[in-house]
Amino acid sequence: MLSINELRASIEGKEILKGINLEVKPGEVHAIMGPNGSGKSTLASVLAGREEYEVTAGSVAFNGVDLLELAAEERAAEGIFLAFQYPVEIPGVTTINFLKTAVNEIRKYKGENPLDAAQFLKMVREKAKLVRMNDSLLKRALNEGFSGGEKKRNEIFQMAVLEPQLAILDETDSGLDIDALRIVAEGVNSLRSPERSAIVVTHYQRLLDYIVPDYVHVLYKGRIVKSGTKELAMELEEKGYDWIKEEVEALG
Amino acid sequence: MSTDTIDLKTRLVADFHAREATINGEASTAFHQKKRAAIAVFDQLGFPTRKNEEWKYSNVKDLVSASYHFNAPSTLTAEDLASLNIPDQNANILYFVNGHYDADLSQIISTSDKIVISSLQQAYQKDPEMVNSYFSAVEGDSDAFTALNTAFAADGVFIHVPKGQVVEHPVILRFISDARQEHVGSQPRNIIAVGENAQVKFAEAFRTVGEQRSFTNVVTEIHMGQHAHVEYYKVQNESDQAYHVGTTEVIMLDNSHFYAATVTLNGKFVRNNLHIRINGEHCDAHMYGLYFPDGTQHVDNHTVADHLKPNSESNELYKGILRDKSKGVFNGKIFVRPDAQKTNAFQSCKNIVLSPEATMNTKPQLEIWADDVKCTHGTTTGQIDEEALFYMRSRGISRQEAMSLLMFAFCADVVSQIKIDSIREYLEGVISDKLTNK
Ligand SMILES: Nc1ncnc2c1ncn2[C@@H]1O[C@H](COP(=O)(O)OP(=O)(O)OP(=O)(O)O)[C@@H](O)[C@H]1O
Ligand SMILES: [Mg+2]
Repeated sequence: MLSINELRASIEGKEILKGINLEVKPGEVHAIMGPNGSGKSTLASVLAGREEYEVTAGSVAFNGVDLLELAAEERAAEGIFLAFQYPVEIPGVTTINFLKTAVNEIRKYKGENPLDAAQFLKMVREKAKLVRMNDSLLKRALNEGFSGGEKKRNEIFQMAVLEPQLAILDETDSGLDIDALRIVAEGVNSLRSPERSAIVVTHYQRLLDYIVPDYVHVLYKGRIVKSGTKELAMELEEKGYDWIKEEVEALG
Repeated sequence: MSTDTIDLKTRLVADFHAREATINGEASTAFHQKKRAAIAVFDQLGFPTRKNEEWKYSNVKDLVSASYHFNAPSTLTAEDLASLNIPDQNANILYFVNGHYDADLSQIISTSDKIVISSLQQAYQKDPEMVNSYFSAVEGDSDAFTALNTAFAADGVFIHVPKGQVVEHPVILRFISDARQEHVGSQPRNIIAVGENAQVKFAEAFRTVGEQRSFTNVVTEIHMGQHAHVEYYKVQNESDQAYHVGTTEVIMLDNSHFYAATVTLNGKFVRNNLHIRINGEHCDAHMYGLYFPDGTQHVDNHTVADHLKPNSESNELYKGILRDKSKGVFNGKIFVRPDAQKTNAFQSCKNIVLSPEATMNTKPQLEIWADDVKCTHGTTTGQIDEEALFYMRSRGISRQEAMSLLMFAFCADVVSQIKIDSIREYLEGVISDKLTNK
């Protein structure tokens, strides 16, 4: 589904991603962990199409399409979704209106007719229930004045509505209380299917108890320096990153 | 002395004196004396140049470089207006074509016990003393354009809302410049007198037919009694060849409430002066503005909230979206006179500049002589928020659509203030077209 090959990217002349290789097959969940500043959000942003980053080498194929050739909105329409580490506040645009526009823009891209108001509302209600998103939040300006946890929950709600093929969750767990964490995880799990995949960026093993990954990768200084299964996450939780850093330094 | 500026001025002054020679007995009336004084002021001031601080960023050279046929006759019919897509309105509607009241196009549905609506000319013929008591009652004639309007004031509307009347149907004044044949000019003068405890909503809408130049120099005086409630909307959607200078003078007395929204959708050169004298306690005055210049259009809003008495509030929000090589000017004055303790005054001007060649000049100007007051002001001029754009695009919304959504939202807090539904809906339509077409 997603195939990243020797991907390098820089911002303001500074190379952040230094040759990433990653293969995500349909139905798989990959966790990406790693110390602060190692490039996790950069990878997520490059995949979602943030234009400030310059891709200097490598390739990304998504279902056989050259992802790097597509604009951010086209990537979304092709089925990529990024849950932001820091969701943006958009004054004056209600969540509901925003999502309706998004859903219908994607339908237009696929050559489908727009949903009418009733169909859309019905769908939105179901999804809101799934992530226990309060109705009143939907009518408010997007993320404006939302608490940290509400913003994160809103990301998962949007994901549930858009039903992406590949969801990239960038620290969606940080800032969530225990209940919210479970709800968010349930939201993600309810989307799991043999066709859908996810890349979950997190610092904590805790989330991975709920969203059990097929693979765990450690990103460090712009490279994936270690990959394993969910046991690797437990090991990291226990031992921290020093032993990995040492391994990397030893290799030069 | 050979510039065109002098030409238009000289011609106007000469016109005034030529007309004066034909009016015989009328020339001795108090009404006419005000006009004579005004032409002398205009003659002395001349059209402003950029050396005049109030006109520093707005150059009228182009405006005065042409000659205009003032009060030109027009054959405009209802069919000719069809192309303007004017909404149907359940309202009192008065049409002025090239400055002349057009009774055929107009409709008055409110009864005369609720509101007296007539053209200024009719009102003056009926009761010269009353009209004169309101006419040019505020000392605003230090401005050349206002003086010029006073000197030539011939027609416009006179509205009187008697004490205690709550007028349900809005009053919509439609000023049409018929510029199909030649450059035309008009100088409407509107007087709105709202009695104690009376309430009225009214709007001024400016449109153009035809491709020639139009020059509108309009003055509206709004006199409010105690506890009066007035909503005043000005909508400018004129042609790319339209020059507009407009001044609105407002006087408020105790416990009165005034809401103004000035929306400039189109026009070549626009200067709006909104001057509110808050001459009462426990008043609130609200000023909203919105402008969308493109091409080489120029939109200038000058506002004054003049607090003369204690315990009142003024609140101002102006917003603009500027494209291409357009220019915007905002000058917001807040005066708090020595007596006006416990004044609350808020002012904000926010702009989105979409092109590197567009410019916005903002100047908040606070002059405060009282010590116990709360004043805040702020201006911002920036680009569209790229983070917000990326967020929206990452959800599948095209850049174009995301821009329109963001800009529409930007405008919404001004548009939502307009409480005449038909006008608000009209604006929403025009604005959304404007935002999606480019
Ligand atoms: N716009 C930018 N300009 C300069 N440097 C940047 C910019 N954006 C990111 N970086 C740098 O790139 C590096 C990687 O940042 P990134 O946000 O991808 O890290 P991360 O792994 O997501 O960290 P965290 O765990 O703290 O979220 C950091 O050193 C960061 O300072
Ligand atoms: Mg990060």
